[in-house]
Amino acid sequence: MSQHKYFPHTPDDIAAMLERCQADSIDDLFSDIPADLRADGYESLSAPMSEIEVRNYFAELTAENTPLVCFAGAGYYDHYTPSVVANLLQRSEYLTAYTPYQPEISQGTLQYIFEYQSMMCQLTGMDVSNASMYDGTTATAEAMLMCVAAARKRNRVLISATVSPAVRQVVATYARYHGVQLDVIPETDGVTDRAAMQAMLADGDVAGVILASPNWYGILEDYSGFADDIHGAKALMVINSHASALGVVKSPREWGADIAVGEAQSLGMPLNYGGPTLGYMCVTKALMRKMPGRIVGATVDKDGQRVFVLTLQAREQHIRREKATSNICSNQGLMTLFAAMYCSLMGAKGLREVNELGYGAAHYLADQLVQTGAVSLKYADRPFLNEFVVKCNGTLKAADIIDAAAAQGYLAGVALADDELMIAVTETRTRLQIDTLVEIVKEAAAASAKKGGEEK
Amino acid sequence: MNRTLYGKLIFECSAPGRQGYSLPVNTYSHTLSQLPASLLRADTPQLPEVDEPTLVRHYTNQSTNNFGVDTGFYPLGSCTMKYNPKINEEVAANPVIAVLHPAQPAATVQGALEAYYTLQQLLSDVGGMAEFTLNPYAGAHGELTGLMVIHAYHDARGDKKRTKVIVPDSAHGTNPASAAVAGYTIVEVRSLEDGTVDVDDLATKLDDTVAAMMMTNPNTVGMFERNIPQIAKMVHDAGGLMYYDGANLNPMLGVARPGDLGFDVMHINLHKTFSTPHGGGGPGSGPVGVRDGLQQFLPNPRVIYNEENDTFDVVTDSPDAMGRISSWLGNYTVQLRALAYILTMGSDLEMVGPLATLNANYIKDSLSDLYKLPIPGRCKHEFVFDGLADKSTGVTTLNIAKRLLDFGFHAPTIYFPLLFHESLMIEPTETESRETLDTFIDVMRRIAREAAETPDVVLNAPHNTPVSHPDDTEAALHPVVKYTDLPQA
Repeated sequence: MSQHKYFPHTPDDIAAMLERCQADSIDDLFSDIPADLRADGYESLSAPMSEIEVRNYFAELTAENTPLVCFAGAGYYDHYTPSVVANLLQRSEYLTAYTPYQPEISQGTLQYIFEYQSMMCQLTGMDVSNASMYDGTTATAEAMLMCVAAARKRNRVLISATVSPAVRQVVATYARYHGVQLDVIPETDGVTDRAAMQAMLADGDVAGVILASPNWYGILEDYSGFADDIHGAKALMVINSHASALGVVKSPREWGADIAVGEAQSLGMPLNYGGPTLGYMCVTKALMRKMPGRIVGATVDKDGQRVFVLTLQAREQHIRREKATSNICSNQGLMTLFAAMYCSLMGAKGLREVNELGYGAAHYLADQLVQTGAVSLKYADRPFLNEFVVKCNGTLKAADIIDAAAAQGYLAGVALADDELMIAVTETRTRLQIDTLVEIVKEAAAASAKKGGEEK
Repeated sequence: MNRTLYGKLIFECSAPGRQGYSLPVNTYSHTLSQLPASLLRADTPQLPEVDEPTLVRHYTNQSTNNFGVDTGFYPLGSCTMKYNPKINEEVAANPVIAVLHPAQPAATVQGALEAYYTLQQLLSDVGGMAEFTLNPYAGAHGELTGLMVIHAYHDARGDKKRTKVIVPDSAHGTNPASAAVAGYTIVEVRSLEDGTVDVDDLATKLDDTVAAMMMTNPNTVGMFERNIPQIAKMVHDAGGLMYYDGANLNPMLGVARPGDLGFDVMHINLHKTFSTPHGGGGPGSGPVGVRDGLQQFLPNPRVIYNEENDTFDVVTDSPDAMGRISSWLGNYTVQLRALAYILTMGSDLEMVGPLATLNANYIKDSLSDLYKLPIPGRCKHEFVFDGLADKSTGVTTLNIAKRLLDFGFHAPTIYFPLLFHESLMIEPTETESRETLDTFIDVMRRIAREAAETPDVVLNAPHNTPVSHPDDTEAALHPVVKYTDLPQA
């Protein structure tokens, strides 16, 4: 057997070390484990692969994937990643560090988390941000747990039907096992039914209400008055947003939210088939000590230097153990560095430009699609940012469009129903790509009409 | 680390009018101003305005005030800070994977799904399990998922009276916290003097209200739980399931498989045992495995292999699934790193546990004359000292940890497990050389000598770090948690 490149141990080292341990062999170190419990090798493992073989292996797998020109959103957006970000994320002082429990040698990590927290507070308008959650779905589930913990005796949380299904499913899973009653507020024409929410609040026992902006359909809902309804019932208001939109849309704080949560993938993070991304959570000052996760704070050291430390740790699982209201420990660490660098490079102006481009391109595409006559806007009267739902006309199906697009290397969107397609446009799409998608839809409609005619 | 470059925040590198991006010219006629003003934010978020070179220098300098595994020895107990291979990073930075959207039709992501499926199979072999989900994002998330799987299993049997989860008093803090979030009441079982579970105490706590028992093995003092077959039988006889906390799986590689030890459900920390980087606290990955008969309770979405036409597919509505715990399939590129590691290790993975154990015993046996070893005998991947052997110096575990920083080492885990007052938990991993261990041992011996001869040097440590003695009390008393909270902002 050749010496593995990750093991520094030579046979001489092993012999000398065993001698120090007064052991005859390495096996001796395991004499406390009964023989019948010992593993007998792993069937599925063969000889170690050389680096060349590892590269070839992944090259072959890569060839089995087809990247598509992306017009899908549904929680994951194909934004532009500045090259600087990917490059600096590989600094191994950041990449290979553990959680910054030793502030004297972790100021790099602690500073970027502090910067990240500062930026998320700016985007959401809230007072305090934690050092990240796993993703937008679990961040929302943790917000639900927080509502229930803060309310003490009330145990019911309302979630709007206009919140993404993935978020609702994860929240429902946490609710099911934690014993929280989760009720869905119905929607009317793509927006939360306020009267229904008011009635549900009047039924009592509500600890929190979860809404989305932009919502699942890409619609910007008008939540004027919602905070009064919710706070009037002594419940907390939670707003789920994807972070990029917060550069321009009314912030959760402006709507009156107590907790702002969501997915920060839209801050330029690669799609990477779904992860890693970044969940965020920001709250009002009143809720700071009830917030899950790590928090970095500033203080001074013995020389009077400004320094950063993990703070308010009495809230956390390793201290509270069974009394904890969250179990989060590892979070998305390095992705907060991603977000901090992205927000710094883009600034408020860049975030606005990204949203202007997405808005302009999405509305241009929507106009062009409607003009083809193949589809119409499902929520024609609702304002949207860069994502919208079309309803197929005639015999055309969403699957017809998706298949025709895939054949040309395009991902046309996400089917919400047989005849409904949700489409997102970001600054990475060119006008040529948008026009091509319009042609694809036109051709798909023509093919469908032709096929329908033949069948008749 | 560079004290002279320590200091500024990116906000303090900002000047009005600078920008660090370039975007295509906007040629569209629709503009945000068409939206009702009531839907737009009234103010402009105060983000930094910086040019690209300034930002690069800021974050490069800031990184030099950090300590990673690439910087030096990181003997952090229970955290398995092993070397993070560079080929893993290359594999994870694949430009094709970078643009794959979760909504892509399965036919266009066969390679991505095959990698997921292959890793779950390899982990199943290592764990002695039938199937893994790779969706959980971290170890604690895996624990929560695993407990929900157990909950779903009992629910499916119509067994609604199981409301308790048993954890040893030496357990990682996440165990009781995860059980609480999963809706369970926690029952603690005592440890014996040697740190292993007190089987007699366990017997008094088992009944038909127990859903599961959570254990690590080796436990948090680094000892193998010899009575595990008996414990598993007792729990199973009471109708409960055995949960394996995989935080300490590293010494078991090539040694024993949790499934063979009687565990039904387990999680693995890919960012510990399978060499993916910790990233300053994440992103990690906490795959959950189950024994045969429990697969149907794993969360949606699930990747399945269709033997008939040799294709992979994603199932999002598996009816018996415990639910859903993630947006999609988890921290995908972290999974790719782990797969690259396993392929690179191949059958040499079987030497990981033995060499990690050798390294730990080597340090222990080189220091146990100067440091108090509360539990004698062979350890596995880690062990715990209860501070210095000489208790008269006034030097605490915290002082020792801080003094180690002066010599270019990361500190061990301190004040955990809670079984001892001065716990100092050391885990070297298998990727450290004998020379590194010898240097560490020399420094530990020097610190013990300093504690006796010049205790102030240790009591006032660290001396050589960019910052020293941060005021934690002030931080918690008057929280300053964002830039605009700072007095000078």
